[in-house]
Amino acid sequence: MRTLKNAGRSLLFLFGLPAALLALWWWMAARSDSFYYPTLDKILTAFGDTWLSRRITDDVLPSLARLAAGYAGAVVIGVGLGVLLGSHRRIRALFEPVLEFFRAIPPPVLIPVLMLVSGIGDRMKIVVIISGSVWPILLNTIEGVRAIDEVLADTARCYGLTGTARLRRLVLPAAGPQIVVGMRQALSLSLILMVISEMFASSNGLGFAIVEFQRSFAIPEMWSGILLLGLIGFALSLLFHLFESRVLGWYHGLHRSQRGER
Amino acid sequence: MKLQQRGGPGRAGAPQPAEESPPGSATPTGPRDGEGTGPAPLPDRPASRPADWARSVPDPVLGVVGILLLAGALEALPRLGVVSPDYLPPFSDMASALADEAGRGSFWQALLDTAKGWAYGLAIAVAAGVVLGLLIGSVGFLRRATASTIEFLRPIPSVALVPLAVLVYGTGLQSKLLLVVYASFWPVLLQVLHGVQDVDPVARDTAASYRFTVWTRLRHLVWPTTLPYLMTGVRLSASVALILSISAELLIGSPGLGSRIALAQAGNAIATMYALVIVTGALGVLVNVLARALERRVLSWHTSVRTEAVT
Repeated sequence: MRTLKNAGRSLLFLFGLPAALLALWWWMAARSDSFYYPTLDKILTAFGDTWLSRRITDDVLPSLARLAAGYAGAVVIGVGLGVLLGSHRRIRALFEPVLEFFRAIPPPVLIPVLMLVSGIGDRMKIVVIISGSVWPILLNTIEGVRAIDEVLADTARCYGLTGTARLRRLVLPAAGPQIVVGMRQALSLSLILMVISEMFASSNGLGFAIVEFQRSFAIPEMWSGILLLGLIGFALSLLFHLFESRVLGWYHGLHRSQRGER
Repeated sequence: MKLQQRGGPGRAGAPQPAEESPPGSATPTGPRDGEGTGPAPLPDRPASRPADWARSVPDPVLGVVGILLLAGALEALPRLGVVSPDYLPPFSDMASALADEAGRGSFWQALLDTAKGWAYGLAIAVAAGVVLGLLIGSVGFLRRATASTIEFLRPIPSVALVPLAVLVYGTGLQSKLLLVVYASFWPVLLQVLHGVQDVDPVARDTAASYRFTVWTRLRHLVWPTTLPYLMTGVRLSASVALILSISAELLIGSPGLGSRIALAQAGNAIATMYALVIVTGALGVLVNVLARALERRVLSWHTSVRTEAVT
């Protein structure tokens, strides 16, 4: 009985505020009948009509594929380069200011540049995503690798751990928490860049569709697109949470026990 | 002493902005760790490498060499015909285009517009984030009730709001601010929430047994714990706000550096476009440096900054 009550309470906490906010939206939209804020049932109908039909294969899936390709590229390049630069001090010193500068360029600015160089196809979009979201991963990896505990590093050296074994047993686990922080930031950044690059020049994709709706004043459809982007972002952050608790479970456990919690 | 500073993932009580940290915190700025000064042990290289000559060069000099190498490559690649100059004009062209731009009033106006969007947006986001974060963080009920909503709203990419902003506010400052505030609000809010959570349990119990008032508790217990987290949030938000300010200009066409870049590209003024991109990068570096300086000032009492100064 008690567990049932507890479960009910946590469900209430989970859905209470969203439900209240949705109700508020519904009520305000129904009263104001403003053109720009359609009622929720219109948006939901539009959502079903728009995204559950042909568009899911025409727009949503290509977008997600570009996102996946760009993000994967950013992770591979970021971690690879990061480990290299993190473990060689002089190379790091050579490239540090340059990296700082490139990191500071707002990624969307690169879209016109990359459009020039690689056209407006899928390749441009993937390159934009990579070139924007590689920085948090790269810099966090560098930081993580150079912060490896010296005692651990010495121990690894004494045991003759070198090459891939050193990478797998020492470097990646030790830098792991920091790398994951970078990957989390890169995830939201790559979603943003995917949308922006499609808004700019594209003939399909989510960003393209949303802008098209806006230009043709298909307001409920536009709202449903915003909603869909929110859902995708939410789903991605859930997935990442799962991934993180898998990969870094040991780390969070350690953290908690050191803080004297359970 | 190095070890002590890095001290394992979870020293009780010591806030660790580094863990939640952002592109920003991972910026290994030169003098911070002092590795390059003095006869540091240099653990990563055995002594008998041919790179010995490089060791005598101090780090900042190497950094300058890196920048010069980049500039040299930018100059050489198009001149040698490796890359078409139509795509990548030589560096000297970019520099002269930059000098050209600097002579124009409209360029400075655009810079001012961008800076305005950044500053107003950041100020609003930080104020709202601090107030809401302290409120939500200190009241358990609110924290539980808002968790799911925050988790849902946070990942909505703010560029998704572009069409809405255009429809409702047109291309003015307001629509830029909508995007900037939305995007830079979340890092601040989340960092403050984390910070409030991180109050040391022992200190909290002590405060409770001394019957501190709410205000005293906020002032002397919660605020000092939260401040390092907040500063990390501010630093993150500062660069996010710049990114969004410029993207808004690029996408919506509100006046600023972003729209100038779009114009330059559309008008095939390639060297000018690159020059403006360089300006945005420099602006980003400036924002980072300023945010770091602010952090160091505000947190001068805090262990993380003090140890940095000592080592």
